[in-house]
Formats: sequence, C-alpha cells, structure tokens
Amino acid sequence: MHTRTLAELGDALAAGEMSSEELTRHFLTRIEALDPRLNAFITVTGEAALEAARAADRERAAGRAGPLTGLPIAHKDIFCTDGFRTSCGSRMLDNFISPYDATVVRRLKSAGMVMLGKTNMDEFAMGSSNETSFYGPVRNPWDLDKVPGGSSGGSAAAVAARLTPAATGTDTGGSIRQPAALTGTTGLKPTYGRVSRYGMIAFASSLDQAGTITASACDAALLLEAMAGHDPRDSTSVDAPVERYADGLDRSLEGFRVGVVEEFFDEGLYPASAAAIETALDVLRSLGASVKRVSLPNLALSVPAYYVVAPAECSSNLSRFDGIRFGYRAENPRDLADLYKRSRGEGFGAEVKRRIMTGTYVLSAGYYDAYYLKAQRVRQLIAEDFRAAFAEVDLIAGPTAPTPAFDIGAKTDDPVTMYLNDIYTIGVNLAGLPGVSVPCGFADDLPVGLQLIANHFEEGRLLNVAHMFQQETEWHLRMPGGEFA
Amino acid sequence: MALTRRQVESIANLARLQINEDEIPAYVRNLSRIIDFVDQLEGAGTEHVHPMAHPLNMSQPLRADEVTESDDRARFQANAAAVEAGLYLVPKVIE
Repeated sequence: MHTRTLAELGDALAAGEMSSEELTRHFLTRIEALDPRLNAFITVTGEAALEAARAADRERAAGRAGPLTGLPIAHKDIFCTDGFRTSCGSRMLDNFISPYDATVVRRLKSAGMVMLGKTNMDEFAMGSSNETSFYGPVRNPWDLDKVPGGSSGGSAAAVAARLTPAATGTDTGGSIRQPAALTGTTGLKPTYGRVSRYGMIAFASSLDQAGTITASACDAALLLEAMAGHDPRDSTSVDAPVERYADGLDRSLEGFRVGVVEEFFDEGLYPASAAAIETALDVLRSLGASVKRVSLPNLALSVPAYYVVAPAECSSNLSRFDGIRFGYRAENPRDLADLYKRSRGEGFGAEVKRRIMTGTYVLSAGYYDAYYLKAQRVRQLIAEDFRAAFAEVDLIAGPTAPTPAFDIGAKTDDPVTMYLNDIYTIGVNLAGLPGVSVPCGFADDLPVGLQLIANHFEEGRLLNVAHMFQQETEWHLRMPGGEFA
Repeated sequence: MALTRRQVESIANLARLQINEDEIPAYVRNLSRIIDFVDQLEGAGTEHVHPMAHPLNMSQPLRADEVTESDDRARFQANAAAVEAGLYLVPKVIE
C-alpha cells in the first residue's frame, strides 16, 4: 500500500478497501523496520497514531469522512504538537513537551489526519544537508552515503522511502524544495503568509513558511487546501480566500508562458542536472506552454542578502531560549549571566551559534546600516527582478539545486560552500513567492528537481503546472529500490 | 573583513553564548568567512531603493484589547527546570 499516493490511499479508504488502522499499522511497521537506516524520525507516536486511526475509522463509519480522514502524515519537528516532544532538532528543546498544537497540526488533525511522528531536521532549520541535527544526520534512501538535503531532510527522506505518504516541512531559504529535489519528492513552499506560522518554531520570521513534501502535486494540493487560510494567531497570515487547489489541477497549459532564468544556468549547475532540466522544459513545451528566457540580474546577491537578513532575525528569535522558562538549563550556574551563557552555549549546536553570532554582529551598534538595512534594500532589488519577470511570463522554471545529493560530510568544513547550495531557492523566500520542486530525472542515479515559481498567491497555477507535468512524466513515481521497495 | 578574536568574544558576550576557549579559532575563521561573503552587498547600487521589511507590504492588523487566553500557567511551567509556588527560579540577582 505504501507505493500509492496520498490521493490514491484516500480513494482506497473511501472504497472500504482498507481501514485507516490497517494503513497506519502498515506505515508504522515500515518506520520500525527501515528508519534505523535513515534516521528520518526523531519521535514516532505509534500508540497515539493507532488511536487517531481508529477514531478516523469511526468517523468514516458514521458518514463523516472528508478527503483526508484517516490518512497518515508526519510532521517536521519544528511544529508544536500538544503533549509530544517538539525538539526542533536541538539539544535545547530535547526535553520540551509542547503544551499546544501549531495551527498547521491542528488543521490537519481536524481534517482527520493521523500523525505518525515527528521528523528529523537541521537544528532550528539552519542547514541544507540535515547534518546539523542534535539527533544525527538523516540518510538519503537513494544512496545511504548521501545527504537528503535540508533543513526538512527527515520529512523528505521519509516520504521518498514511503515511511509516510506525506509530511509537513518549512522553507526559509529552500528547506522544503531542496530536500524534495535531492530525494525525488514533490516539495511545495506556499506564498509567505498563505499558511499560519503559529506554533511553528521561528527561525527568520519574514522568510519562514510552512508547506508540504509529498509523492505528487495532487497530494500537495489536497494538503494545502486543509492547511492554508487566515489565522488570527499569526498577524502575518493573509486574510484571502483559499482556492480549491485540487479542482484546478487539470487546466490546459495551452498559451501558458514559462520563463527560464538565464542566471540559473551558470557554471555552478551540474551538467547532468542541467540536461534533466532542459528535457523537462521540452515536456512543458509539448503541453502547449511557450518557453522564453527571462533575467534575474540580482540573483547572485540573494545568498549574501539572505545571510544578513536570516541570521539577524534568528539572533532575535532565538534570544527566547534562556534556560529559564523551557528548554535546556545548564547545571549549577554561578549567576544569572552564567545561566544564560552556558544554557545557550551547551544547548545550541555549532551552526546555530554561528548564525546567532552573525546576526548579532550585523545588528550591533555601528553596523546596522551597512548590513541589515543594505540587505533589505538588496532584497527589494531581488523582488523587483521577479516583478519584472512576471510582467513577461506566467511562471518561472529552472533547477531547484545546483547538484544532486552530495556525500555526508562533504560540505561541513566551510559554511559558505554549504550556503551556496541554496542559490536557486533563496530569492523566492526573499520575495515571498510560492515555489514547488518536482522530480524531473536523474543525474548519477540520483534524483534531480525542477523548480517552478509563481507570482504571489498563485499556488493554484503552480500546482496545475506541476500536476500536468506529472501526468506526462513518471519521475515522481520512481522509488528507491532494495530494502525500501 | 577578518574579525579579530576580541570581536568574536565580544559578539559571543552580546549574544549571551558561552564559547569554549578551543572553539574560538574556528569561530574567528568561519565568521570572518561569512562576513567576507556578505560584504559583497556593498557593491550593489541601492541608492534610491526602499528597504523591504516584509514580502507583501502588509500593514499590521489590529484587534480589540480583550482577554482571549485562559490561564495555563501550571501547564506551561511543567517545561521549566525550576519553579516554586508558580514562580520561575533563577540564580540570585540582587545580593
């Protein structure tokens, strides 16, 4: 049953082919057998899952089932889950039992979904390889020596290996799309503000957005419909109607204009990945779309601008971890300053500390204008580039990541090399746009992702194009072989 | 721009982060590398560009000043390392 998509499993439940309890048991058995190889889960919530599955079966028997009732899902461990540990991949929150549900978790729960557990991630979502987690690296099911990408690496690896049919993720600079690309899954990052951030542990508040990792664009549409919408508890969540995304998936692409960003095809793009992208563009042409070149001249500045804005916001957001109200507390502090410093020094890992210090530096007296204000101006330039491109085309297409999955440990020596992994994804976050990565081929036997980017709130169009692409191709149906088959 | 050891120690102090002596050289090296990297922003022509604080240019919504949350103190304090009589315990601040 695990080879089916979420939508197909929903049909099977509706047809009475299986119960949610059977389905849930099947995935829990897979997690138990295979997750020791991947380390994709930090916490498995088996008993609660079976209880929720039985409740979903009762709802169905009573004629109250919706499209997601009884379907399993895993949540990235950045989303607060009432009564369960929410670690954010950090020693700092290893002992934190959330007293409430994130809005995303609450909405999917009330749609009848069954939580299988919490997935591994880069510590506080800071990383592109899932190697900064306190709980150890996640392995890529396509090749266990490779990273799955990050920061939503556990969610991506779990969906790729079908330890869960779907998972939530968060994307601040590419943390849904890049791991989706590296694991052959479909990763959707909605428009900034489309999905509530309430209960989603904050990293960089002007960039963070919740989304999904699934086996298909159709599955992403089903989940987004349930997750999206205004939430009075998140003042940046947008009060705009939520489309019925699943209803618009089959629209024709005749006359549709796709822009290919010149700057994406630079010397940093791995040739075999570039070839897969070119083939994918031909598929879009065959579906009736016209493809033309567009330019984002300030793209190269997006990574440095991001590495000012994101660390600045992180240094402020993570100041709440003080060893007093929740989280890790150092033993036998000499005084209050010692309590703060040692709780934070011992509770945070190296990459998180680097980002907090970078942020503290760029915000410190005398440097604010040169760094933070300058980066916000550059951010405006990048957003203007996208505005100009969307005056000419309906959608932008290109690679998600410069290379396929790399070796575990290959990029941990130099933070900047790791940061440059996100060169194609970061601009989307700076501009607040929606983007999706869909599998579009292989390079060196590893999955390659095609990134599609739409204008603000055009998730419907984005998923429509991704779905039509998946109707013509079968890359998204490929699964890692061997023990994961 | 290369950061000095003293600058890194001062940043760590501002961020209230304890950094071990033997980790300092790596922080000096890595943070200098990061600052060097973001220094390329300097060259961008942004003279008449308005800084972007928010991707959607939204204004902050307002709400009526009403009590909406219930008292969950005991539940929240269950996550704290040291509490007594509903209060969080910290090392002595005033002698």
